[in-house]
Amino acid sequence: MDDISTGSESDYSNSWIAWFLSTKGNEYFAEVDEDYILDRFNLTGLNGEVVQEYSRALDLITDSLDDEALDDDVREAVETSARFLYGLIHARYIVTSRGLSKMLDKYRKADFGRCPRVYCYSQPLLPVGLSDIPYQKAVKLYCPRCEDIYSPKSNRHGSIDGAYFGTTFPHMLFMVYPQMIPAKTQPVGEVSRGLGIAGSLTGAGREQPSSVGTVSTAAAAVKAERYEPRIFGFRVNEEAKLSRWRTARRDTQIARLEALEKEQAQPNL
Amino acid sequence: MSGLPERDLDPEELEQEEAFDSSSQASSTQTSTITWINWFTSLPGHDYFCEVHEDFIEDDFNLTGLQSMVPFWKEALEMVLDVEPEEDSSKIPDVSIVENSAELLYGLVHQRFILTKAGLQLMVDKYEQGHFGACPRVFCHATHVLPCGRADMPGVDTVKLFCPNCGDIYAPPSSKYSGLDGAFFGTTFGPLFFQTYPELLAAPFYASPSTSSTQPSGERGFSPSPSPSRIGGETFVNPNPHGGQKAALGRVYVPRIYGFKVSERARSGPRMKWLRERPERAEELDLVDRLGRWKDQVESAPDGMGGKGSRGDDDEMGGGGGGKGALFDDEDEVEEDEEEEEEEEATGQSNSAGGAQQPQAEIRQYMSRGHIEADEMLVVGLDAKALGMRGQARRTGRDVEGEDDERSG
Ligand SMILES: [Zn+2]
Ligand SMILES: [Zn+2]
Repeated sequence: MDDISTGSESDYSNSWIAWFLSTKGNEYFAEVDEDYILDRFNLTGLNGEVVQEYSRALDLITDSLDDEALDDDVREAVETSARFLYGLIHARYIVTSRGLSKMLDKYRKADFGRCPRVYCYSQPLLPVGLSDIPYQKAVKLYCPRCEDIYSPKSNRHGSIDGAYFGTTFPHMLFMVYPQMIPAKTQPVGEVSRGLGIAGSLTGAGREQPSSVGTVSTAAAAVKAERYEPRIFGFRVNEEAKLSRWRTARRDTQIARLEALEKEQAQPNL
Repeated sequence: MSGLPERDLDPEELEQEEAFDSSSQASSTQTSTITWINWFTSLPGHDYFCEVHEDFIEDDFNLTGLQSMVPFWKEALEMVLDVEPEEDSSKIPDVSIVENSAELLYGLVHQRFILTKAGLQLMVDKYEQGHFGACPRVFCHATHVLPCGRADMPGVDTVKLFCPNCGDIYAPPSSKYSGLDGAFFGTTFGPLFFQTYPELLAAPFYASPSTSSTQPSGERGFSPSPSPSRIGGETFVNPNPHGGQKAALGRVYVPRIYGFKVSERARSGPRMKWLRERPERAEELDLVDRLGRWKDQVESAPDGMGGKGSRGDDDEMGGGGGGKGALFDDEDEVEEDEEEEEEEEATGQSNSAGGAQQPQAEIRQYMSRGHIEADEMLVVGLDAKALGMRGQARRTGRDVEGEDDERSG
């Protein structure tokens, strides 16, 4: 009886979008509000030239397609187009304030995985495209701690089109939510060098911004840890040189940013 | 015959084995071709281990100092070497305890063995075949990684994977390695390995990126061809003969919003570029003293670096003024252009289909606050004149160059 009961809940669970989101491999996608999709303005530029079977695909996404009448080949084509169209709409949606907030929730749950870099201490990642044009590059994962990008571990995720997330998304997110920028230091509560990567899955407080502080991020990088290989206790010569060069680069940037801050602070005071 | 790598049983031995099995007593003779070491290293999650030569383990000298670290030393040693236990082995409370000891013993011996010529050889074979996996970092283009430890004492830290391109360490991708002790590889192995095989280690500087694009397949990793790393058909040389002899894959990720670089002036602006950057030339490494300060003009650091020919930040100095395109000499971008042209043709009008609709009001706002930089106009559909910029080329939204499917390998 529950199954056939009326009400929006069962409508929702039978919706194409709900089905799409629950499909294995689609964990990175947020749920795009139907209102957003139904607003023609948001779909500007999306049309039959860009997406085959555009109107049927759109109908399918919004659960208003009568697909009984379609033969299997057409239905297949519409289904493929619907996934493509959803991806393109998704890329636009996730940089809106609603979309950012939904993706932020997923980020907090580490739905996009965690940074494989040891000194990022299992920092949750965010999906990012290397292109905004479809069919160019698969989706990558951006780590806000080391500020670098990584390939998803699984092929299921590794083959998703990066254009469904876009180049802008993670950077927009931290522009809008600067308090979410993670600190570069080891998170509090992390057991130092404990045996067991599994330990990383516990720390519930991790995603909370043990953040860069409310004022300035100019010197945030000072605390970032690095790997420094040693041979019988001695640092390896060339690597050590490169490491020092990077330190100099880091400190130069910090000095530059701090000078800038001073400059900006003065006229305002 | 023990310690032979081959596992194929020849029919005669197979018969023998069956005979022994039926007599319900695995025999004392060493007819079984599957040694404990064969078995142990073939367990799930043990494929980072190489097979330590038995004669290495049999040499007491190589075991110096380990006895006190391994409970039931004698029994564990016998197990590892497939030696028939002596009669009074009834003292052992539980076989599983000996098994744990055998594992620990093997791991600690392994740490030492892989520092020997024979051990390094076995490990480089595995490395070149990609047994240890590939770097997850996108711009390392699936460079093979090497297992390493951050401690030499067992029980401190799990195994990590070292990438000789970015010089960083990563957690293994699968949980089957989550119990593998880093001490079984140790802290010295990685550095020694790349000192021994410098042709597998990236040089600390990043030579001309425009030429590296002519040979994208060479970036895939080392595996099939033993040829020295090449760039644009010329053999790459690091002036330091003891340093890495492989051309670095030196691209660094640049965050962008609607195609504009996120400025370092923004609170969320880039703070970690230095972690991945390299100087263009080897000599630039010597501009820094032992404390990581520029040798000349430490005081004038903010401006000092521009003259050092260093890559990267220089172009961010002046804030978001127009005309910066002229200053921008990052050859990576040149490299992109070729590909972009192709892709523009291929994708045609679908540019606008991509994710970002560039809301000009928003962009103008960010730009006026200096949060994004108008040094380049990468996004099609953005009216440069409307934003008060000048002279930027209209380009596609593709802003990062082709890392030829780094997921392969
Ligand atoms: Zn990271
Ligand atoms: Zn790497």
